[in-house]
Amino acid sequence: MAGPMKMRATAQGGFTEVRVLMTHPMTTAQSGQPLHFIQNVTVKQHGKTVIEAEISQAVSRNPVFSFRLKGGAKGDKIEVSWLDNKGESNTIETAVA
Amino acid sequence: MTRFFGTIVILGLTAIPAAAQDTKKEIQKYQQMIAEGSPVELFELEGETLWKKPQGPHNVSLEKCDLGQGAGVLKGAYARLPRYFKDADRVMDLETRLLHCMTTLQGRSRDEATKRVFGNENQPSEMEYLSAYVAGQSRGVKLAAGNSHPKEKEAYELGKALFFHRAGGWDMSCASCHGEDNKRIRMQELPVLHKPQAARPIMATWPAYRVSNSQFKTMQWRINDCYRQMRYPEPKFASEATIALITYLTVTAAGEPYRGPGTKR
Repeated sequence: MAGPMKMRATAQGGFTEVRVLMTHPMTTAQSGQPLHFIQNVTVKQHGKTVIEAEISQAVSRNPVFSFRLKGGAKGDKIEVSWLDNKGESNTIETAVA
Repeated sequence: MTRFFGTIVILGLTAIPAAAQDTKKEIQKYQQMIAEGSPVELFELEGETLWKKPQGPHNVSLEKCDLGQGAGVLKGAYARLPRYFKDADRVMDLETRLLHCMTTLQGRSRDEATKRVFGNENQPSEMEYLSAYVAGQSRGVKLAAGNSHPKEKEAYELGKALFFHRAGGWDMSCASCHGEDNKRIRMQELPVLHKPQAARPIMATWPAYRVSNSQFKTMQWRINDCYRQMRYPEPKFASEATIALITYLTVTAAGEPYRGPGTKR
């Protein structure tokens, strides 16, 4: 079971500022445990994919991502999802405030 | 050659205070950065789920738990703890009160409920999640631990005595580390906790998430670990001694708006 996610999206001066938190162990090869890390992060703005990211074990446990999207107005739907190397995933959707 | 050497020495001397200033600034910058990326909110969310989850022989949630402001009232409850509870006839801090609700409301045994009070990075404990959630409901509320009931005053005095009491294998007291200005261990400044101006920002940001080990730490853990570092026998969870120390520190920090759960190095 994937742990909770939390996201905040605010419109400011022609940009949408997004901050998203994810619960994930992000287990590295160094730990001696089986690798378990987020591989893909996808960001959708109004249903349209705007970011497709590939990340690695170098990202910390319980990561936080913060980025700006061009455009956007209050009420726009932002969706962020992740997929890890074990096929687990989670998605969160929020309206721009 | 001699003159050249002299110049270097002078430069070196003047550079020291500037470097110390820069280090302090850099540490502050680092602390601000980790606070911005803090996963504390994830612990609060998980804690909320646990708070509302029916558990124990009575199969009820903690939603009716009275943290001092009435059954189920969370807003500002943490900021007013520890305090005296008439139903238990003792002073309780947050974790002791949560344990009380687990045993009374949910009908769980004390042994079962305290089997794993401190978690680790792979599996945080129930107490840690719940502490994050409850404390988060006091953001912006001024710290006002109970300090009027005779038992509250007794806890404060006992905590104060324990703070300065030297014992254990290394003959240490809390004040051995937290009793002098401008001391630090590596990057960590050691606050002089018997002074309100030093206790205030500390007590207003515990419990807290530690980025260095990805763990959420509670106040009972903080006291427990200080005793471990002083090489004392391990204090009992939710005991008179740990509650007294937390009471003493929180009363000393009275008036500071709560802004935790915090994020520590």
